[in-house]
Amino acid sequence: MRTPFVIRFLSSMPRSGWIGLAAFAAITLVLMPALHLLLPETSPFHVSGYLITLGGKLMCYAIVAVAMDLIWGYAGILSLGHGLFFALGGYAFGMYLMRQIGRDGSYQSDLPDFMVFLDWKELPWYWTGSDSFLWALFLVLAAPALVAYVFGYFAFRSRIKGVYFSIITQALTFAAMLFFFRNETGFGGNNGFTDFKRILGYDITSPEMRATLFGLSALVLMATLVLGRYLTTSKFGRVLAAIRDAESRVMFIGYNPLHYKLFVWTLSAVLCGIAGALYVPQVGIINPGEMSPANSIEIAIWAAVGGRGTLIGPVIGAWLVNLFKSYFTVAFPEYWLFFLGALFVGVTLWLPEGVVGLWKRIRQRRPA
Amino acid sequence: MTAQQQMEGLGWEDNTPAVGRVLEPGLDTTHKVILYLEDISVSFDGFKALNNLSLAIDAGELRCIIGPNGAGKTTMMDVITGKTRPDSGTCFFGQTIDLTRLTEPQIAHMGIGRKFQKPTIFENHTVFENLELAMKMDKRALTSLFAWLDREGRDKISDTLKLIRLDAEADRQAGLLSHGQKQWLEIGMLLMQDPKLLLLDEPVAGMTDDETERTGELFKSLAGKHSLVVVEHDMAFIEQLGGKVTVLHEGSVLAEGDLATVQADERVVEVYLGR
Repeated sequence: MRTPFVIRFLSSMPRSGWIGLAAFAAITLVLMPALHLLLPETSPFHVSGYLITLGGKLMCYAIVAVAMDLIWGYAGILSLGHGLFFALGGYAFGMYLMRQIGRDGSYQSDLPDFMVFLDWKELPWYWTGSDSFLWALFLVLAAPALVAYVFGYFAFRSRIKGVYFSIITQALTFAAMLFFFRNETGFGGNNGFTDFKRILGYDITSPEMRATLFGLSALVLMATLVLGRYLTTSKFGRVLAAIRDAESRVMFIGYNPLHYKLFVWTLSAVLCGIAGALYVPQVGIINPGEMSPANSIEIAIWAAVGGRGTLIGPVIGAWLVNLFKSYFTVAFPEYWLFFLGALFVGVTLWLPEGVVGLWKRIRQRRPA
Repeated sequence: MTAQQQMEGLGWEDNTPAVGRVLEPGLDTTHKVILYLEDISVSFDGFKALNNLSLAIDAGELRCIIGPNGAGKTTMMDVITGKTRPDSGTCFFGQTIDLTRLTEPQIAHMGIGRKFQKPTIFENHTVFENLELAMKMDKRALTSLFAWLDREGRDKISDTLKLIRLDAEADRQAGLLSHGQKQWLEIGMLLMQDPKLLLLDEPVAGMTDDETERTGELFKSLAGKHSLVVVEHDMAFIEQLGGKVTVLHEGSVLAEGDLATVQADERVVEVYLGR
């Protein structure tokens, strides 16, 4: 008898994993929003709007880190251009947010301010549909998926691998950044999109909206982890790891690595796009700086610090590095990039399996 | 004279319409031969790795290929498995399948399994998983997302585990096996694909004498059901296998026949020992 899909799905994660996930859901979906919305600001247990927004940002980073782990940790493909997919999702949703401003912009025009500034009289064709929330959701998924699929198809078909692939993805995000910097591109040039007012008519800065966005980000993170877990414990995941370890052997036993890589690559890009779309309304801005090469490299560092090929590791990595970052960029702003570089080198040399690997080593040593 | 009369005159009295064989998809070995290589040439930067190589392997045959280093043995396997495209010549699997037009995974699906010189297995997977991945089945990406191992598949894997004597190591990480065991695992992976033709590049390199002998027995038991092409340097092993031997030299066939005949051939001696 065939094992039902639900049972297979549940068995992809041990019981402790599901319990941990339920605890995380209780904290992020019930406790934190309740403490934010129901308690008065004077209460010592009140969770401030700042904290909720910070938490939401960290959830988005963690989604990106898990997406990176899927392709780097499990398929052995190091992308140094994942910031591009994050930004594309952000821009796709940002277009909708710009249209939601309506006539409340500085120029009281129907068009977004930057278009008035450029003396444009009507929306460019590719802004068609940007008033619609559903179209925005579609674009959030479709834009990164399309770019990733087309780029991935040609790169993987030509069997571009390793450092060459990494360099090309880096160039891709850099080229996209230059393209979005141009005012004529129609995405606000170097200022990007900002000054958002509403989502679906509701005030974007209201506590309820903040709590909703935070909860959604946490929910997507959990879904990403569960999906990642299912994927990597399925036969698909075993083939993926086999491609990482011995690609020619995989081909000679009859698998076409192209489709495997393309699927996980596109999925990873889409997850980044969703994270970007959740990120933009919470921070209130998207500009081409998100596509800068340094941003994409930082994503890779999150995954490396946390531990590649562990799914949960990159989540921890993303949070740890950002914790350091918020401290360092205030205390020693000039030295942050040096510290980041040193961290990467250090982790590569001494902690190839990241924080999670370190934790495993400590636990193994203890009983002995 | 009508055509009818003409045919009668020639003794073609049977007027029933001719019944042709319907061409079936897949491997066609009606003419006994499973693999034809004809006038294959491959050159890399002016160096002729294969030079008008012609070779035919019968279905069920166990063929040994020997030759000094650089004779083109590995390149020949590359051509058969689609890794290298020949500059000229034809390469047919059975009567109908043109291997020069297919990709590596397609050729693997047609039923050609290849063992590399250096054992290539999935070191981070368990022995069991290695065999599972190799098993003959729908290997498309979207199918793999929902694939689930059934009883039949498990039985097949455990049969192969017994055959390659790794049943005690099933849940061990493959990277931890001994060199000889890795060689056996790779052979097991080939068998899981249920191939018609097995290409084995130095399968007993690094094995102990005992392991070598057992490998020889395994290969002899496989011949008949499968066709095997074995590239080896170990003459004792080739003698044990006892099949036809082909000697390659500078990218073409120098001699062919049983081991004793080939060893007695003056040209072969010259190639191996030098003047």
